[in-house]
Amino acid sequence: MKNVAVSASSSLARRELIRFFRQPNRVIGAIGTPLVMWLLFGLGLEESFSVSPSGETQDENFLQYYFPGTLVLVLMFTAIFATISVIEDRSEGFLQGVLVSPVPRWSIVLGKVVGGTVIAVLQAVLMLLIAIALPMQWNLVAVLHLFGILVAGAFGLTCLGFVLAWKLDSVHGFHAIMNLLLMPMWLLSGAFFPIPELTAQSSVGQIIIHWLMKLDPLTYVVSLVRQVMYESQQAERFWQPDLGASWFITLLFCAVMFVIACRVARQPA
Amino acid sequence: MGGDAMSSDSPSNVAVKIESVAYAYGDRQALCELSLEIFTGEIFCLLGPNGSGKTTLFRLLSTLASLQTGSVSIMENDLSNDAHAIRRLLGVVFQSPSLDRKLTVLENLRHQAAMYGLGNSVTAERIDEATRRLGINDRLYDRVETLSGGLSRRVELAKCMLHNPSILLLDEPSTGLDPAARSDLWSYLRLLQSELGTTVLMTTHLLEEADRCDRVGILHEGNLVAIGEPNTLRAELGSDVVSIQCNGPSAVIDQLQSNWQLAARQLDGMVRLEESVSAALLSDIMQSLSGQVDNISVGRPTLEDVFIHHTGHQFWHDAEVDR
Repeated sequence: MKNVAVSASSSLARRELIRFFRQPNRVIGAIGTPLVMWLLFGLGLEESFSVSPSGETQDENFLQYYFPGTLVLVLMFTAIFATISVIEDRSEGFLQGVLVSPVPRWSIVLGKVVGGTVIAVLQAVLMLLIAIALPMQWNLVAVLHLFGILVAGAFGLTCLGFVLAWKLDSVHGFHAIMNLLLMPMWLLSGAFFPIPELTAQSSVGQIIIHWLMKLDPLTYVVSLVRQVMYESQQAERFWQPDLGASWFITLLFCAVMFVIACRVARQPA
Repeated sequence: MGGDAMSSDSPSNVAVKIESVAYAYGDRQALCELSLEIFTGEIFCLLGPNGSGKTTLFRLLSTLASLQTGSVSIMENDLSNDAHAIRRLLGVVFQSPSLDRKLTVLENLRHQAAMYGLGNSVTAERIDEATRRLGINDRLYDRVETLSGGLSRRVELAKCMLHNPSILLLDEPSTGLDPAARSDLWSYLRLLQSELGTTVLMTTHLLEEADRCDRVGILHEGNLVAIGEPNTLRAELGSDVVSIQCNGPSAVIDQLQSNWQLAARQLDGMVRLEESVSAALLSDIMQSLSGQVDNISVGRPTLEDVFIHHTGHQFWHDAEVDR
């Protein structure tokens, strides 16, 4: 007799992967949208955007600035779509079979989340292949570091998706949440525009934006990706957390979201 | 399996003991102080129309919903405190299949084995045994979405029996099955009962299905209105049920009472008589009421008659009875 929690988690995670690869439209949807957005915004805004990742103003283009955010968007899309399957599992009846089995609820959460994380990281790695064309210092340490960030970011986002999906009874509801919560969360993460530093001259709008962005956990994931990819600090007029703080908040985000997901899963589905 | 005989048996023969269970959804009372015992090794059926509370009771027993009041013990484990131990004892077959349609039959079965922590060799052995028994061993590599309703139900049954549960709970198991598949299902349930001693508890709204069980509990508006073997329940109604389709049923009821001292009642415009009526008496009645009567039918009592007798309602809708 195997340990039920371990065998159930790994079986649930494996199932997520099998389902993902048997639905090719999901593969295209998760990577296609961010890729198209990256190309259109990156090329379209190239002339009007004046901040490079290194803080220089002329040499680097928006495609480059925008890439870490795109990578996080791929993570978010994939992680969130992977957890929508909780809603499908409930409506198709699969979930009830899991809930009547002697599996601890945290193990169900772990299985779903690990499955979603693996899928999200795979997609992000695929997207990352494009980055080879970007002018970056590629070395093994940076790649492994980046991989770790992607895993942590995907884990936190999948937990968040799980919490939302458990509470919702339809995929339509999920789309509303996506537009109202997740997209603003991504937009405020520094993915699309940098975080303004506060000065005596800052307007009320800038103060609000500054704090909203600082409180957004995704800010720290994007910041990690950016710092590892470009190994540089941002211009002084923009705020950026340091590497240690970003890692700390990202891991805290993962831990808190996982605990919340486990608590939520104890409630009737 | 005699219900009355078994009710005096020792507690260890009781597989499921339900005591004073009440459950409400807001203001709507789904179960009212329900008490019931299900014996080890029997096939017990909860019969009731939609809204009778049987699905609520199924959700409570399958640990999907939490008890509000009352207590349930399953194989001497308390449902409120030991749901985890109970889950190991139960095999649950839901009305809507709990299979992943994108996965193959084998993948679904392996997943189920993982949910119960079965080792690889036990899993392979049990899958082989269950799929052979259910005749689906040649469909292992087919995706569930390509299977018919009957085959899916067999996969569902195989899935729920992999961990050798002591009690099999089935919610409306015949729904969506053709007559041949229903017959297969019953053969399998009887096989489980005789070979493994599995206790089977099912809910149904199908009278003919309830008729095949060892004992039936009839639910109506959250109350258990009758319980016993199908034959015993029917016998309580006498040997015949006479239904008279007529104009002016009230007048016919009065005449039956005054002329022959027969207590009839009206149900949905029909006159019903739950008594043994001799051929001579029947002919006498037909002659006397010839102008008013369109049709008279005489039959052995069915479980539907038992339901009507105990609730005063038609089984298929909630028409009020004018006595």
